[in-house]
Amino acid sequence: MSLKLADVHRIAHLARIEITDAQAQETAKQLNDILALIERIARVDTAGIVPMSHPLDGVQRLRPDAVTEIPDRERTMSNAPAQRDGLFLVPRVLE
Amino acid sequence: MAFFSCRGCWNERPDAYHAMSELAHATLARLGTMLDRREVSAVELATLYLDRIERHRGLNAFLDVRPEQTLAQARTADQRRARGETGALLGVPIAHKDVFVTRDWHTTASSRILEGYASPFDATVVDELARAGMVCLGKLNCDEFAMGSSNENSAYGKVRNPWDRDAVPGGSSGGSAAAVAARLAPIASATDTGGSIREPASFSGVTGTKPTYGRPSRWGMIAFASSLDTAGLLTCTAQDCALAFNAMLGFDPKDSTSVDRPKEDFTRSLALDLSDLRIGVPTEFFAAGLEPEVDAAVRAALREYEALGAELVDVSLPNAALGIPVYYVVASAEASSNLSRFDGVRYGFRAKQYDDLVDMMCKTRAQGFGAEVKRRVLVGTYVLSHGYYDAYFLQASRVRRIIADEFQRAFKRCDVIAGPVTSGVAFGFGEKSADPVAMYLADLYTVPSSLAGIPAMSIPCGFGRLGRPIGLQLMANHFDEARMLGVAHRYQCATDWHARVPRGY
Repeated sequence: MSLKLADVHRIAHLARIEITDAQAQETAKQLNDILALIERIARVDTAGIVPMSHPLDGVQRLRPDAVTEIPDRERTMSNAPAQRDGLFLVPRVLE
Repeated sequence: MAFFSCRGCWNERPDAYHAMSELAHATLARLGTMLDRREVSAVELATLYLDRIERHRGLNAFLDVRPEQTLAQARTADQRRARGETGALLGVPIAHKDVFVTRDWHTTASSRILEGYASPFDATVVDELARAGMVCLGKLNCDEFAMGSSNENSAYGKVRNPWDRDAVPGGSSGGSAAAVAARLAPIASATDTGGSIREPASFSGVTGTKPTYGRPSRWGMIAFASSLDTAGLLTCTAQDCALAFNAMLGFDPKDSTSVDRPKEDFTRSLALDLSDLRIGVPTEFFAAGLEPEVDAAVRAALREYEALGAELVDVSLPNAALGIPVYYVVASAEASSNLSRFDGVRYGFRAKQYDDLVDMMCKTRAQGFGAEVKRRVLVGTYVLSHGYYDAYFLQASRVRRIIADEFQRAFKRCDVIAGPVTSGVAFGFGEKSADPVAMYLADLYTVPSSLAGIPAMSIPCGFGRLGRPIGLQLMANHFDEARMLGVAHRYQCATDWHARVPRGY
């Protein structure tokens, strides 16, 4: 299948990336080229094969739920685009 | 003599400068010995390389250089030696790829969205090498979020290849490869997700090594594709890599995918006897499209190994060519998830004008990410989206295991696998940047071992079209880095490709 303009807009919104109609045209062509490359895996017989999610088949390791370090709040907040009183500021989401 | 940055007395005397230039061509192993014998100090070495970095700014290999921080670290290293401490790395300079976060240098992953980011902590890899006494020279340019094969995807400009300024240095660790090739640093950290250490090592004529997945810590390494991302090194020799791996690789409780194994000595197999060694040669790595000069140089290297006593055996990796499509599903999917954290709220760039919260995020990401990063996030979002997950992501994860299993079958017949790193030498700027798929195919021979998580490296083995360097790829089974480095070291004892330095550096 090939992606249409509306598909590209839908995917871009899911990815939270603003895209203009002109950009979506170009992006649709590039994504379809990439998907054509990817389609080659569809023909492989993978019946009975367990998906590989970690090269060493490792599993998520858990640690005791304990405080291990205190973040440097001042330095961390120094990277925030907008802040007040040690809090991150974003546009209002509740009226 | 008007050197534009005079920090050391040798700069005023051209003959003495020549001696210092030779010093800059020394291996890490030699620098360690000289420091040990007090023939040079860490401050002198740091000054020497800072001067070279300044002199060769035109390569655009470095993104952040802070001489005062570097010299402070060098003074500390000298003090540690004065107190009687020793160590192969104590006082030796290193530069770090800009995907490793550092407290004392900005970290951007070559992205506009992280411009000026000041990390509150150091990555574990940075920290381990610093504890061993390595002196940081600064941060190295790369493709944005390590996505690319040419370093053309950096928001801070392209890096030039010291062998040929019209050629790309390779990517994504292009700054790391160019810096070591031009001897602006004796060693540089790098990361490999699908070939980002080996391809630039090959294009820039240096030694580039990716260890087993899970061996180096990913803590503080800005995540691209978490099931593939592996820290490694660009060095002048395999021996130098082994020395630095001793400090760099080890279990890290802060990285949930770190492998809990005891520390080992990666120099233990440097004296390897090749007469017991079987080198597997995959027929699929010599397919149509391989440049004749690359084919000839790699086959000559294989003959050299035969002359050194090794036995060549044919092996087959029939589905290796599917590595590229599998990679672009798995890596893009993981990237779309990892990069969701860049939303303009907690750090980095935020769009200037927007309507509401969602609009702020959409505009921030549209303006903050470059074209290739956006493409991969979109591909990743699509293959993970409702109705497509099974056909794309799960199917790719299954084919990934088929490819990994083929390596295991091959390693029943051989100890290491050898072949080309890339099908051609470094290409020119702009040659592939208009066609994403053509760029992706540059990683044809490096992606399979990344998917399998096995260690792999590139060592210089000749020069091809336009006098550009060629690399030989070596791959070994999981946790067999020491032997792989030994195999590389034996070749480097018998040949001098790795010791060549581009003219003018």
